[in-house]
Amino acid sequence: MALAQQSSPHARNARSTSQVMLWVILAALPGLLAQTLFFGWGNLINVVWCVAVALAAEAAILKLRKRPVMFFLKDNTAAVTGLLLGLSLPQFAPWWVSAVAVIAAIVLAKQLYGGLGSNPFNPAMVGYALVLISFPVAMTTNWAQPGLLWETAPGFGETLGMIASGQQTAVDAFTMATPLDEYKHKIVSHTATEVLAHPTFGEGIARGWEWINAAFLAGGLVLVGLKIITWHIPVSMLAGLALMSLAFGSNPDQYTPLSLHLLAGGTMLGAFFIATDPVSSASSHHGKLIYGACIGALTYLIRTWGAYPDAVAFSVLLMNFAVPFIDHYTPPRTYGHHKPRRGVPGKSQG
Amino acid sequence: MWMSILIAVVVLLALAVIFGGLLGYAAERFRVEGNPLVDQIDSLLPQTQCGQCGFPGCRPYAESIANGDAINKCPPGGETTIKALADLLDVEPQPLDAEHGVEQAKRVAVIREDECIGCTKCIQACPVDAILGAAKHMHTVIESECTGCDLCVEPCPVDCIDMVTVEPDTRAWTWTPPKSGVIATDRQGASA
Amino acid sequence: MTQLWDFSGGIHPAGNKNLSTTHPITKAGVPPMLVLPLQQHIGEPAEPCVAIGERVLKGQKVADVTGGMGVPVHAPTSGTIESISLQPVPHPSGMTDCCITLRPDGQDEWISLSPIASYREQDRETVLDLIREAGISGMGGAGFPTNIKLRPPRDRKVNTLILNGAECEPYITADDMAMREKADEILAGLRIMAWILRPERCVIAVEDNKPEAIEALRKAAEGTQTEIAVIPTKYPSGGEKQLIQILTGMEVPSGGIPADIGVMCQNVGTAIAVSAAIFRGEPLISRITTVTGRAVTSPGNFEVLVGTPIDYVLSRAGLDNETLHRLVLGGPMMGYTLETPAVPVVKTTNCVIAATEEELPDPAPEQPCIRCGACAEACPMELLPQQLFWYSKAGEYDKAEHLNLFDCIECGICSYVCPSSIPLVQYYRAAKGEIRVQQAEQLKADRARERFEARQARLEREQQEKEQRRKDRAKAAAEAQARKQAEAEEAEKSDGAAQPANDRAAKAAQVQEALARKKAKSGQSETAPGKTPAAPESESPPDIDALEKQLNQAVAKLNTMQSMLDDAKAENADNVEKLERAVTKNHDRVLRAEEALAEAQRTVNATEAQTTDS
Repeated sequence: MALAQQSSPHARNARSTSQVMLWVILAALPGLLAQTLFFGWGNLINVVWCVAVALAAEAAILKLRKRPVMFFLKDNTAAVTGLLLGLSLPQFAPWWVSAVAVIAAIVLAKQLYGGLGSNPFNPAMVGYALVLISFPVAMTTNWAQPGLLWETAPGFGETLGMIASGQQTAVDAFTMATPLDEYKHKIVSHTATEVLAHPTFGEGIARGWEWINAAFLAGGLVLVGLKIITWHIPVSMLAGLALMSLAFGSNPDQYTPLSLHLLAGGTMLGAFFIATDPVSSASSHHGKLIYGACIGALTYLIRTWGAYPDAVAFSVLLMNFAVPFIDHYTPPRTYGHHKPRRGVPGKSQG
Repeated sequence: MWMSILIAVVVLLALAVIFGGLLGYAAERFRVEGNPLVDQIDSLLPQTQCGQCGFPGCRPYAESIANGDAINKCPPGGETTIKALADLLDVEPQPLDAEHGVEQAKRVAVIREDECIGCTKCIQACPVDAILGAAKHMHTVIESECTGCDLCVEPCPVDCIDMVTVEPDTRAWTWTPPKSGVIATDRQGASA
Repeated sequence: MTQLWDFSGGIHPAGNKNLSTTHPITKAGVPPMLVLPLQQHIGEPAEPCVAIGERVLKGQKVADVTGGMGVPVHAPTSGTIESISLQPVPHPSGMTDCCITLRPDGQDEWISLSPIASYREQDRETVLDLIREAGISGMGGAGFPTNIKLRPPRDRKVNTLILNGAECEPYITADDMAMREKADEILAGLRIMAWILRPERCVIAVEDNKPEAIEALRKAAEGTQTEIAVIPTKYPSGGEKQLIQILTGMEVPSGGIPADIGVMCQNVGTAIAVSAAIFRGEPLISRITTVTGRAVTSPGNFEVLVGTPIDYVLSRAGLDNETLHRLVLGGPMMGYTLETPAVPVVKTTNCVIAATEEELPDPAPEQPCIRCGACAEACPMELLPQQLFWYSKAGEYDKAEHLNLFDCIECGICSYVCPSSIPLVQYYRAAKGEIRVQQAEQLKADRARERFEARQARLEREQQEKEQRRKDRAKAAAEAQARKQAEAEEAEKSDGAAQPANDRAAKAAQVQEALARKKAKSGQSETAPGKTPAAPESESPPDIDALEKQLNQAVAKLNTMQSMLDDAKAENADNVEKLERAVTKNHDRVLRAEEALAEAQRTVNATEAQTTDS
């Protein structure tokens, strides 16, 4: 029998890309559960629909590019992209908005750049930003009214009907502005107490949203504990957001308070699941800290002075642009060297 | 009015004198000797001095390339040299011109010493003085200096010079890059 | 308690060390044949100093390095030299190398030994020579000659001498068992090395997963100043650079040696060999090797004679050929696979793993890099493995070098942790090899250019000298002309005609001529491949012109040679015999060329006839 020939190392760690991605999916499930509990069936239906479209789009493009389809589908990365979009789109977003977002993510942002590992931008956020700019009405009016699943929210069939009907706007009775949106637009002419009287805020900080963010935080901490992501990007992003808020917006009668910034939007989902996408984020520890802090600061800037109530997608995309620059200036110092070697030599010109 | 024109003319003249002086000084101080492009090209050629390109040595070919000759006439350098030259000159790499020969494994000349008659013809032919010997005495090739140009083979009246391919041994061996399974089939599929 | 530092990165792979520590070290015995590779160390290969058929005694030197760095090879037992030939050697290439084959005679008769009880009375150089003569090279794996390592540059003082007993690679327990059983010898060897180097501090470093070894060393080191440092188990703590960082907090500068920061590392196995060489006078002829893996029924540590074939050792450990899937020499992180077990154990062979398929499964296919950074996180050298991978794969070697490719210690951690199962280390090894080859080629090209230019200058100078002589003669002739006009005229004419117009032009013409010949030759070989005089089998008509040219050349050469032979005969020179042989050979060639031409003409005629027929 011929002996196997291979270069060292001969022993290997068992965790593969597909397992890593599976863990990401599992860690996001508590958040999905919280969304379903507080905002009804919308997110769950979106997630299923987005994952299905993502897998189909990935398979179709791989086929076109003459790549082994099953080999790449099994790495679960397309499923994660679909999942993240399903989690971040409004509950009653019409089916075609979700489909456009997912197809843009998989086809434009991922496969056209060369597939897994070659995309400079976070695919899910490219899809999200595209539909946010293209269909502003559908993306701002379709947020579900907070309320426990078994009490006030529309039933499964009703939700499915609304999504499948393809109407730009859902039935008014079921929708409500998000807390960030509400606060930002009302605080111009009202005091903080008046604004917070709106039912979207509920008894605590932001009804439902606080639990969703807590669930994503918990899932994220599991990922950090499993060493699937490092703490650098989430911590620096939350710190960047918090510092900006404390420095510029400490007066709740003028600006959205920090508690809402942290717990009312897509902050935790963004910090632990979106900004940490390895392909499009900075690589060294230093670089990750800078990258995360800038996302946090940009999120605050856009939420406070920009036109959009939430800004994680834009901040992540803007910082994706800066990743090569950050990587260039933050290489680690190699053992036995005094200083890190920056960048790489350019092509020598004759 | 006349005054301002005069000032302008004087200022411009002064500037012209200053910069002219500076440029003149720089031209003297930092003058480049010879044609560095030829040196750069020459340093990329394999220096076998074999003349397969049609020039008597590597440097004449380098001069010719600098004057616009094709870069694909060097069989000993092969693909690597063509690619390096293309990079340097910023032109498209071309396949090796088969008219000048084909790329071969590295070889050295070896004299079958008991057949050598000591005619010194090979010594005169060797472009890098890698053959040692005297008239009517056996000659031998200094293996470490031989460039494998085979210019010594033809002049030998008794045909006692062999071009021997250098066999790899454990000391010259290097690892080869991994054969990437999936990606390789992808590339084939993609180009098909 | 010794102060310890941490190094960045590192992993905790499954140890699998208990497999081979259940029973003490056993002697593997004398195999029917011993194969001694001449290069078992870093440096120049040794040259045999025995003849085939000669009887050698156990411990007798059979090969030595005369010029350059290296250590001798000794006969591990008494017997006869069977052959000196190319044999498969333990090397990742699976190639053969020059080896001495020794057939043991079963007597195991020692050569007379001269042990030294009180080395302190000797000169340090004498002791270093004894270490060299004993053939000792680093036994941790690299095989650097120990006597050279023990003689650091004059301006470098070694303050800390470290004995490396970390043995961080999974499976390997050779050093562990040696420390358990031969702690006294290790301490003795350490004392000799410490006496040579005079360091301020001596440390033996052992990972905390070897409690028995630590206990034995502590007992042996009682009452001495030697520190026994127990370091946390983490791969690659046994890497020289990492171990130095753990024990001193200092880093070896890139491209430097540990002596640059006043540190030296030696392997515990080397200490045992040094002790044996001095106190017993025995050269390095055996070593402790771990034979392990789940494809052997009784894994353990063996004291193996250098040169013992690995299949012999494997059979001693009860190899199950059915389940054997991969044979690894060295550890599972840095070792290499063997194509055949018929290679010998050498001085650096610390472990043989006979692994089953479940134990070390084949790697999954390579997936694209997702920049997860797990490799950078775990890299003990704090490199950027993913960037190195891209540049190595794309052949952009200058960029890879800029990112410190050559600081990579090839520990294998990046490949180990890669979720996309990319064989990163192999990419780096290939890139390093390619860069080294390119550098060597560049060096050779530069030397060839220098020689070529020197030759051109010499030819020019000779030409000028000739010219000068001609001028001088012309001048002398002119002077003579003044005296004897008629004679002078004649002299000048003949003189001028005798000189070649321009030697350089002649040279150029020679090259051109060679080229023309070459072209003609290549034209020939196209039609008549392999210089066979037979008519080409292809349908294209044979090149009659080329063949005619060949014939003419051969005839011309024959004529030249004939005249040379005649001359030689006339002078009664001593190369007549050679010339005669050459003439006969050329005669044959002319005949062959004639035949070929005739054959070709026939074929051409035949084809022409055919074409006219049809």
